[in-house]
Amino acid sequence: MKKSSMLGLLVLVIRRDLVLAMRRRADMLTTLIFFVMVVSLFPLGVGPEMDMLRKMAAGVLWVAALLSSMLSLGRLFSADYLDGTLEQMMLAPQSLSVLVLGKMVAHWMVSGLPLVLMAPVLGLQFDMSAQALGVLIAGLLLGTPVLSMVGAIGAALTLGLRGGGVLLSLLVLPLCIPVLIFGTGAVEASTAGLGVASHLSLLGALLVLALAFTPWVTAQALRISME
Amino acid sequence: MGLDIWMRENPLTYVWLGSYAVALLVFVIEVAMVVHKRKITLRQICLMRNTGDEEIA
Amino acid sequence: MAINWFKYSAPSTFYGLAGKLIPWFALSAAIMFAVGLYIGFVVAPMDAQQGEFYRIVFIHVASSILSMFLYLIMAGYAALGLIFNTRLSSMMATAIAPTGALFAFISLWTGALWGKPMWGAWWVWDARLTSELILLFLYLGFIALHASIDDPRRADRASALLAIVGSVNVPIIYFSVKWWNTLHQGSTIKFSGTSMHVAMQQAMFVTLVACWLYAIAVVLARVRSIILERERHTKWIAELPEVK
Repeated sequence: MKKSSMLGLLVLVIRRDLVLAMRRRADMLTTLIFFVMVVSLFPLGVGPEMDMLRKMAAGVLWVAALLSSMLSLGRLFSADYLDGTLEQMMLAPQSLSVLVLGKMVAHWMVSGLPLVLMAPVLGLQFDMSAQALGVLIAGLLLGTPVLSMVGAIGAALTLGLRGGGVLLSLLVLPLCIPVLIFGTGAVEASTAGLGVASHLSLLGALLVLALAFTPWVTAQALRISME
Repeated sequence: MGLDIWMRENPLTYVWLGSYAVALLVFVIEVAMVVHKRKITLRQICLMRNTGDEEIA
Repeated sequence: MAINWFKYSAPSTFYGLAGKLIPWFALSAAIMFAVGLYIGFVVAPMDAQQGEFYRIVFIHVASSILSMFLYLIMAGYAALGLIFNTRLSSMMATAIAPTGALFAFISLWTGALWGKPMWGAWWVWDARLTSELILLFLYLGFIALHASIDDPRRADRASALLAIVGSVNVPIIYFSVKWWNTLHQGSTIKFSGTSMHVAMQQAMFVTLVACWLYAIAVVLARVRSIILERERHTKWIAELPEVK
């Protein structure tokens, strides 16, 4: 297949999923509201001491982002699966991996990107410094796409299963631990006055790895689930 | 803490009861589960065969 | 002596072979456990630094090694089943998972009991303990996914893919946890510094072999039940003496 047509296909899938998501804006908003709520609950749970909150801010924001991205994963393939679109996509002559990649990107733009944009506001609740906020955003920008992509594997494997949502989190959360570690590690390193380049480049490496392998693996998982 | 003192005074009991007895218990439970599963499966197959024979006859 | 190994890749022949092997593995596992514990508790001397508490090591190390290797073996069988579509490999993968999870549990439990007298806390976020916990989560995910899919073929293939993804992820997870741990300057005590007595090493090795033999016996017994269940409509099962 020619490169330009693959790129065209990718753009087409992304645009289609974004249009569909815009028609159901409530879904998108619930994820975001969940994220905001979970983060705001932490100070109520552990007390208002600013020193402690500042220390745990990065971890809280990252864990909340991890949980809220799990929430929206169930919808990644289920709508297309129910109305038969997914079957048509699998029969299409185009590469399923590219289609899947398009869906992953669209999913990240709908559920990951709003979290990244919301994070600085929530970070202020925890009195994070501007520098730490910058590192947090950079980490989230690199890390949340990985969550979407690894999560897509789980979403494809649990397609159409009863109790799929909880099962999905059980499968995907352990696989996301490295992202969590490097994401929060970057913020901690910056507040400790150390360089953040190593953490962020490791996150970048995870992103490249995920980009290279997860679309294909997800396509295989979809084939298994649709048999 | 009571447990801490007891632990220092009876280290071997602690090791035996805490680790080896628990490991043994896990092994015993696993073996029991495997044996039980075999029994159930065999019974299921016998039932299936019996009902199948009746259908043929 | 030419043995046709492929003969035993068919569930019908493997069923009989496994049935003959199980008692031997079980018996030798029991003997090895007895020997290992005898060396470990009677022959091996008390450790100068750790007192009697170090004797947890025999079961702890063996179960940790088993839990890690069983995951790799499980992923290997799962991959074989996925790629070559061999029924028996998928059944083996399913049979290994619970045993691996239990060994991971034993390893965590004994690790905690060792940690209490040594570190003063039941749980320390040590890199190895944390990785072991994540390994247990991976096992549980595999078991849960397999259990929630009704169609056995899809269950095999879906969980095989998960096991492969997990095994690719294990080194990344281990590395990241280790790095995270050094960043936080964990209160790890290095055990490698203390020299080990020969009897301690012997006891550890014998217990390890015992655990392997036990795992093989249990996995074979479990795979026999799975074979019976999956192949219950076939003719060879109807002719088995235990079914009649």
